[in-house]
Amino acid sequence: MAKIGVFVCQCGNNIARTVDTADVAKDASEQSGVVFVEDYKFMCSAPGQEAFKKAIRDHDLDGCIVSACSPKMHEATFRNAAEAAGLNPFKVEIANIREQCSWVHNDKEIGTAKSKDLTRMMIQRVKYNRPLERYRMTMTKRALILGGGIAGIQAALDLANAGTPVTIVEKEPSLGGNMARLSETFPTLDCSQCILTPKMVEVQNHPLITIRAFAELEKLDGYIGNFKATIRQKAKSVIDKDCTGCGDCWEKCPFTVESEFDMNLIKRKVIYIPFPQAVPTVPVIDRANCPKFLKDKCGICADVCGPDCIDFTQEDEIIEEEFGAVIVATGFELMPNVYKEYGGSSMPQHLIPKKMNKKQRAAQPRSTSGRLPDVINGLEFERLASASGPTGGEIRRPSDGKKPKTVVFIACVGSRDASKGVEYCSKICCMYTAKHTMLYNHSVDDGKAYVFYMDIRAGGKGYEEFINRAQDEGAEYIRGRVSALRKKGDKILVKGADTLQGCAVEIEADMVVLATAMVPQADAIDFAKTLGISYDKHGFYSEQHPKLMPVDSSTGGIYLAGACQGVKDVPETVAQASAAASKVMQLFSKEELMREPEVAIVDKEHCMNCWDCVTVCPYLAISPEEVKDRNGNVVKMVANVNPGLCQGCGLCNTVCRSKSIELQGYTDQQVYAQITAFEGAFV
Amino acid sequence: MSKGIVRHDFEPKIMGFVCKWCTYSGADLAGTSRMDYSPHVRMVRLPCSGRIDPQFVIKAFEQGADGVIISGCHPGDCHYNEGNYYARRRNLAFRNLMEFNGIDIKRLEFSWISAAEAIKFTQIIDKFTNQVRDLGPNEGYRALLDPYASRLVKSSEESAA
Ligand SMILES: Cc1cc2nc3c(=O)[nH]c(=O)nc-3n(C[C@H](O)[C@H](O)[C@H](O)COP(=O)(O)OP(=O)(O)OC[C@H]3O[C@@H](n4cnc5c(N)ncnc54)[C@H](O)[C@@H]3O)c2cc1C
Repeated sequence: MAKIGVFVCQCGNNIARTVDTADVAKDASEQSGVVFVEDYKFMCSAPGQEAFKKAIRDHDLDGCIVSACSPKMHEATFRNAAEAAGLNPFKVEIANIREQCSWVHNDKEIGTAKSKDLTRMMIQRVKYNRPLERYRMTMTKRALILGGGIAGIQAALDLANAGTPVTIVEKEPSLGGNMARLSETFPTLDCSQCILTPKMVEVQNHPLITIRAFAELEKLDGYIGNFKATIRQKAKSVIDKDCTGCGDCWEKCPFTVESEFDMNLIKRKVIYIPFPQAVPTVPVIDRANCPKFLKDKCGICADVCGPDCIDFTQEDEIIEEEFGAVIVATGFELMPNVYKEYGGSSMPQHLIPKKMNKKQRAAQPRSTSGRLPDVINGLEFERLASASGPTGGEIRRPSDGKKPKTVVFIACVGSRDASKGVEYCSKICCMYTAKHTMLYNHSVDDGKAYVFYMDIRAGGKGYEEFINRAQDEGAEYIRGRVSALRKKGDKILVKGADTLQGCAVEIEADMVVLATAMVPQADAIDFAKTLGISYDKHGFYSEQHPKLMPVDSSTGGIYLAGACQGVKDVPETVAQASAAASKVMQLFSKEELMREPEVAIVDKEHCMNCWDCVTVCPYLAISPEEVKDRNGNVVKMVANVNPGLCQGCGLCNTVCRSKSIELQGYTDQQVYAQITAFEGAFV
Repeated sequence: MSKGIVRHDFEPKIMGFVCKWCTYSGADLAGTSRMDYSPHVRMVRLPCSGRIDPQFVIKAFEQGADGVIISGCHPGDCHYNEGNYYARRRNLAFRNLMEFNGIDIKRLEFSWISAAEAIKFTQIIDKFTNQVRDLGPNEGYRALLDPYASRLVKSSEESAA
C-alpha cells in the first residue's frame, strides 16, 4: 500500500482566495494510499519545507504531492527537500493549482473542484513514479576545436586561460583562417594582421594549447563528456619538433605554384608556409606539385636544411584522442562560380544537385573559367589591398598591374536571389564593400568608386556611420542591379540600371569587384555527418535553439562558433566563440557529468528490434546492441539508449510497438494513471 | 470581475495533453497574467507533443472526456527539433480513425501555442469548450464501451496502490 502525503499550499491568499484549500486537503485524504495531508500557508517557506521534510520522516512517506504553483517554480525546491529527508526526489509531483486554478478562475466552487481533480490525478500518477537516480558519468576535461580561424583561436584562448587543455585541429598548414587574408577591418579600419597575429602567437605559446595544423578529423565517436576523436595528421614531410622555421628551405626551393592564401594572385613555393606570420612556422611540402614526389628529382630543401628535418618518407599519422567537448569553428568560403553572366555557373559546387555524377560535377566550372581577369571577388580585393599581399598594398589590377582609375563594386552577388545563388542575405557584404571603396580611395587618389547595391544593410554598432563615411570619401552609390559585364578594349563595360533615377547606366571600369555571398565550406555537409550534428539547407550548422541556445549544436557536448553556423563578421564571431568556450567551461566545472534520469530505457526482453525508435530519435541516442548467450553467440539484437545523448523527448516511447522502451518520469503507466483519475467535475 | 461563472445545463469534461516547453508555459503565463478562461480543461504535462500517444486520447474519451485538446510548440520551435512534426502527422492519421472509433472529430482539438501566447491559449480553451458544450455529452462513445472496462481499470489501480 502506498504511503502518500499531500501538501496543499494556500500561497498566502493567492490560492486560498479562490480555492478552498481545506476542502482540497480533505478530498485528498479520502483517496486510497494517502496517509497524510497538510493545508499550509506557504509551503515553499523555510518552515513549510521543514514541515514537508518532517512529514516524510515521521510518516515514512513514499510519495508526495504538493498542490501549489507551477512545477516550473518549485518542483526543484520540493524535490531537493525530499532528498534531504531521505525520499527519492522523483517521487515528488506538483499539482498546479495556482497558475491553472486560483489565478484564472474566480469562482471558488469551480476553482476548488478543479483543484481537487488535479490533485487526484497527481496522487494516482505518483503511485507509478519509480525512484530514479541521476546518472553520473566521468568526463575527459579536454576540448577539441575544429578550425583555426578567429573563432577557433578565440575559443581556444578563452578555454586555455581558464585552465582547460585544448587541441586545435586546422586543415591548412597555418592558423588564421579568412581573417588572416583581410587587409583592414570594418568598422574601425584597423589592420587585420595586427590584431590577429598576436593572438596566433599567444595560442602557439600557450602551455595548454596543442596545435595540430595540416590535420583533419576523420571520425568522432562517443557522446558529451566522452568523445573519441580520430585525427589524421597529414604528412608535412617536415619533422615538426626539429624545425626552427628559419626559412632556408622555402627560399631555396626552385618550384612555384599559385598561392591559395593569396587567392591565386601570386605564386608560392612548393615547400611553403601560407604567409609570413604563419603559426606554426613549420613549412609543409605540397606533394602534388613537388618534383621530388612526382619524378624523384630535386631535393634541394633537404640539402639546405640545417637541422636536417626534411623527411620525404613521412607518412600520414592517425591519432586517437579523447575529449569531453567539441567546438566546431570551420568557417566559410566565398561562393565560387558566381560568374554566370560571363559563362560560368552561379551555383556553389556543393549546392549543385546531387543527381549529377562525379565527372559532371568536376566539369562544372570553378572560379576561373570564363571570367574576365579584372573581375575579382572580395577576398581577392582584400589581398590586393593588404600591405603583405602580392602588390604590397598598392591596388593594381591583376591583368596588367595598372592602377585602376575606375572601379565598380557590385553588391549582393549570388545572395538574396535563389535563382542566382542563395536566398539569404550575406549580411557582411554591404560593410566590406564600403570598406573596399575606402581602401581604394586611400590608395588611388584620383580613382572613382561606384557601388551597385540593392539595399544597404548596416545594422551594427558604428556601421551606418561607416557607410556614410564611405560615401563622404567619394564612393558613388547607385541603387540597381548590373545586367552584364562586357570586355571593351582593356576596360570592362558595366551595364546596369539606376532604379532611383529610373534609367540605364553604363560605366567603363578598369576593375570590377564582386561582393560574393558567404557560403559554408564545400565539405560542410559531409563534415556535419562525421560529427553527427544537424545543418540547414545551405549547409550552415544548426543551433539547438535559434534564440535561446545559439551556440549549442543539436548534439550534446558539441558547440558552434563563427561563420560555420551562419554569416558573421569578426565581432560576432568572437562573441560566439567566447560563448561556446563558456559553455564548455560550464560543462567542465563539475566533478562529474550529472544527467537527469528522465531519459528512455529499454526493456531488453521485450524489444523486438524493429528500430522505429532508432529512426525517430532526433539525437542518435539509440543504437542496436547485441544480446549474447552463455557461449558468447549473438542471440538477438535490441535497442540500447545512451543516457549521455538522450534528451528525454519521449518520441521513441510513443512509436514503440512492443512498448518496450519508455521514458522514465513520463511512462505510459504514469500518464494512464493520471487519465484514470480524471473526473472533470465542474463543481 | 464577476464572482460566479455561469452554470449551463451541460458542462463538458475536457482533457488536455500538452508539451511542457510551450503550451504548458503558455498556460502558466495566462496564470501569472490573471487571465480568466473556461475552467473545464485538466492538463497532463508531457515533455513533448511527440510523446502524446493516440491511445492516451482514446483512454481519455473512455474515461468520460467529452473533448480532448492536444497542443505543442509551433512548427520549427520544438525543443527537440522535430517532435511536434511527429505529433502533427500522428494527429492527421489519427483523426481519420476517430470517426471509425465512433468519436466526432470536432471533439479533438489540435493547436500550436507558444510559451508567449497566453491570450491564444485562453482563446483556444474558451472556443473549444463552447464547441464541445454545443456538441453535448459524448454519450455515443460511452455507450459503445465494454461495461466492464472501468471495473478492470479500478482493480489494477488498487493493486498498484
Ligand atoms: C571579403 C571579406 C571581407 C571581410 N571583411 C571583414 C571586416 O572588415 N570586418 C569584419 O569584422 N569581418 C569581415 N569579414 C568577415 C570575416 O572574415 C569572418 O567573420 C571571419 O573570418 C569568420 O571567422 P571563422 O573563424 O568563423 O571562419 P574562417 O575564418 O573561415 O576560419 C575557419 C578555419 O577553419 C578551417 N577549417 C575549415 N574546415 C575545416 C575542417 N574540416 N577541419 C579543420 N579545419 C577546418 C579553415 O581552414 C579556417 O582556417 C570579411 C569577409 C570577407 C569575405
